[in-house]
Amino acid sequence: MRDLVSEMTNCLQVRDVEIRRNGSALLDVSNLVLDGPGPTLLLGPNGAGKSLLLRCLHGLISPDQGRVLQDNEALNATHMARQAMVFQQPVLLRRSVSANLDFVLKRQGLKRAARKARIVELLAEGGLEGKARQSARSLSGGEAQRLAILRALAVTPETLFLDEPTSALDPNATQMIERMILRASSRGVRIVMVTHDIGQARRLAADIVMMQGGRVVEHGPAKQVLDSPESEASRRYLAGGLVT
Amino acid sequence: MQGFASEFRIALSLILNGDAELWAIVLLSLQVSLFAVLISALIGMPIGAALAVARFPGRRVLIVLMNALMGFPPVVVGLLVYLMLSRSGPLGVLELLYTPTAMIIAQVVLVTPIVAALTRQVVEMLADEYSEQLRSLGVSRLASVPVLLWDARLALVTALLAGFGRAIAEVGAVIIVGGNINHVTRVMTTTIALETSKGNLALALALGAILIGIAVAVNAMVSAASLRAEQEGLRHA
Repeated sequence: MRDLVSEMTNCLQVRDVEIRRNGSALLDVSNLVLDGPGPTLLLGPNGAGKSLLLRCLHGLISPDQGRVLQDNEALNATHMARQAMVFQQPVLLRRSVSANLDFVLKRQGLKRAARKARIVELLAEGGLEGKARQSARSLSGGEAQRLAILRALAVTPETLFLDEPTSALDPNATQMIERMILRASSRGVRIVMVTHDIGQARRLAADIVMMQGGRVVEHGPAKQVLDSPESEASRRYLAGGLVT
Repeated sequence: MQGFASEFRIALSLILNGDAELWAIVLLSLQVSLFAVLISALIGMPIGAALAVARFPGRRVLIVLMNALMGFPPVVVGLLVYLMLSRSGPLGVLELLYTPTAMIIAQVVLVTPIVAALTRQVVEMLADEYSEQLRSLGVSRLASVPVLLWDARLALVTALLAGFGRAIAEVGAVIIVGGNINHVTRVMTTTIALETSKGNLALALALGAILIGIAVAVNAMVSAASLRAEQEGLRHA
């Protein structure tokens, strides 16, 4: 029988991955396949292992056991180079806005003129025109996160991981970032994102991975998981989320 | 008391009238200390940055050793450099003893641990913050060193100024290896010591005033650089 997963491109798989600290499992995922076209959102309470799973998928953390595969190959540096990640607290270089973008573009070997043109495009994409020469550290929270996403997109990633990118932002800033994420997704960038915001999951997700206690308790199409969750853990989380 | 007042007046006139001997001493002091700091930066910054990002057995011991070297007594440094450069020492053939080069070497030995230790501290703090992001962007540990050094530049200016402050005010080591020879190795601190012992207080006071002025200026620059670094989110411990 042909392995359907092997025919997919940019397919992420987690197989029997376990991360343990002080005797307890922080992450214990036996099988997870991310191969759908739309954004995948990881939902779950604090300590569920969402951020840890995201880091494992990106190769920032190596699991104690098990493997992360991309297109049926063990995740390696070549795969990582085609991925990018945006963190909850944007980590910006202590340079100007344009220098933050230039740093990534230079590493890709682009010539000066091409870099300048690309920076103009990216700044327009993130609504940061006119901020090019401003110190990146002086940007507002929303602008800083937009710059972090632009810098990640400058890598032209196949997969973009986002760890609660809007958790500290107001609704306007959140909306701008969600639009950027959806535009990237529509261009074919696989989005894998952690959020606590159930409304955001409804707005963005094509599929949802619900986590609790380091385990995946449910994975399915967003509508199904949000409207008719199968697991008790999902039902409890969603009920609590809707109440608050 | 009247005598002191007169010495102060003469000191002031030496400064304001551009006394050639006085300003030659000041110039040599600045040259020696600036060269020493430059060389210390070239040695100390990469060492500090490497210790900040590299992980290897014995790293902690090296850090403790480097921190301890910051408080190394200058006269002992002077003695060790003297032994190295003296005619019967391993570097005696170079005939560097009692030259400005010998003074630079002594100051480099004193300043390099300061620059390296402060660099390590600053870069390690920044590396903690940048680590995951740089790895995500495919930047290796080694390639992260210039990135971290550049982004820590404001805090590193503070480290260099601290090193310069130590070098320019140093007397014990440079007098041992420099010898305080007139028009050759006479710098501000050694001249102050010598002229005071001879009772020539005017020249000593004039040099003292300039040295204090330099110390104040360096401290003002350290404060300004620290403030900028702090504003950039990198508090220098």
